Amino acid sequence: MTRLARLGGWTLEQVLRIGSATRFFLRLCGLAALSVARPRLVLDQMHFIGNRSLSIILVSGLFVGFVLGLQGYYTLQRYGSAEALGLLVALSLVRELGPVVSALLFAGRAGTSLTAEVGLMKAGEQLAAMDMMAVDPSARILAPRFLAAIIALPLLAAVFSAVGILGAWLVGVQLIGVDAGAFWSQMQAGVDLFADIGNGVVKSIVFGFICAFVALYVGHEARPTPEGVSRATTTTVVASSLAVLGFDFILTALMFGTT
Amino acid sequence: MPFVAFDRVSFGYGDRPLLRDVSMQVPRGQVVALMGGSGSGKTTLLRLLGGQLSPTGGTVAFDGQDVAALGRRALYRLRRRMGMLFQFGALFTDLTVFENVAFPIREHLALPEPMVRDLVLMKLDAVGLRGAADLMPAQVSGGMARRVALARAIALDPPLLMVDEPFAGLDPISLGTIAQLIRTLNDALGATTIVVTHDVPETFAIADQVHLLGEGRIVASGTPAELMASEDPFVSQFLHGRRDGPVGFHYPAPPIGRQLGLGR
Repeated sequence: MTRLARLGGWTLEQVLRIGSATRFFLRLCGLAALSVARPRLVLDQMHFIGNRSLSIILVSGLFVGFVLGLQGYYTLQRYGSAEALGLLVALSLVRELGPVVSALLFAGRAGTSLTAEVGLMKAGEQLAAMDMMAVDPSARILAPRFLAAIIALPLLAAVFSAVGILGAWLVGVQLIGVDAGAFWSQMQAGVDLFADIGNGVVKSIVFGFICAFVALYVGHEARPTPEGVSRATTTTVVASSLAVLGFDFILTALMFGTT
Repeated sequence: MPFVAFDRVSFGYGDRPLLRDVSMQVPRGQVVALMGGSGSGKTTLLRLLGGQLSPTGGTVAFDGQDVAALGRRALYRLRRRMGMLFQFGALFTDLTVFENVAFPIREHLALPEPMVRDLVLMKLDAVGLRGAADLMPAQVSGGMARRVALARAIALDPPLLMVDEPFAGLDPISLGTIAQLIRTLNDALGATTIVVTHDVPETFAIADQVHLLGEGRIVASGTPAELMASEDPFVSQFLHGRRDGPVGFHYPAPPIGRQLGLGR
């Protein structure tokens, strides 16, 4: 009986949490739309968030491109179609790896620092102080960060894909000797603006919502103690990574039929 | 009409009551101290007055308005007339001292930049920190941070100033400075100040009225002189910091002999 009661209590708690998270999300979306009225705040945050992640995105993109070039060549040359390397690499990056890997890196780099920042502001009573000054901390602190992250992630994903293609070109064309003309022209002919690049952009926008929301929600709900904040940053990485991978499958499955 | 009135206010988390039937009034222009041990519910009274918490019974009125009955927008309008100094200052760590004080001014008043600058420098000068305007909060001492937070709290010249534990963890010089500042600013601004604290000498030097809280109730009220003369055992234990008195030294426990398994 007590076990049943505990299960019931747990279920109620989870439902409550889902409810509060949903309300938080909707409120953030509304406030983010309003925060367009103060572009300076959003731009500042984009600068911070984008800069924080740019170096890791560049380096990772380059190396993922190197590896794709090597592995792609290894498989393709068995069928004598090594010239298709450019197409293979571009499609893999633009449709899948660009949005997903940059979202994972973004969650680890920018997401954790957003969580820590908001959690520490809460622990230092800065959010309460702002609230007592009749300034809504959700509108002043959270909303600009939310919007900035949503804008920054697709841009970072684009940078990741571009650098990745360059990396594959370095390895495939410069190092191994795949024909440069075939590499680029196959890519140009085979990548569709809407079906491939469009899908990738949609994905990275969705991932931007996920990473930004998880980071801010977890930071905002963190227990206002040093342990609470450090635990929250871990939660951010785990929760956003799982959510990104889960949504990636759902989005890919949905888009698969139409393209 | 009193400026701030608590009328039979009760509050608690879950079924643990923190405040029971607290009634108290704060007249305009005075510095009123709420004193009591840790966990006596004195900070909770400030949060109820600021609308951060709602009482489970009774009403809290600020200038005739029931704080808990206000919607978000009306509450924010009310809060623009309150300044609050948090326990450790709660300065925005990513902004300079100057920008911290400028924050409420920039958010609420559309003033030209030179005027914002003059206002902020005047506020900082009032707390003696005009020279520290360009420092970051991490670069100033605890006492200075408290003074910056005080300058920020009075940035919009609020008629009510709420001060939460202004003396916690300060050296003797900073302690006296903060206490005198609170009194001076209250009188210079024509404000009303509520100070929550447990430091007896500093508070008694500046307060007009003192309310002593214990176990969620007001145990004694009066001017500092009246309380000092009080014969009440709790009041005298608190004011003189004695170990023995109505507040026991031991947390409630079974007899030690039984717990150690001695005798039966």
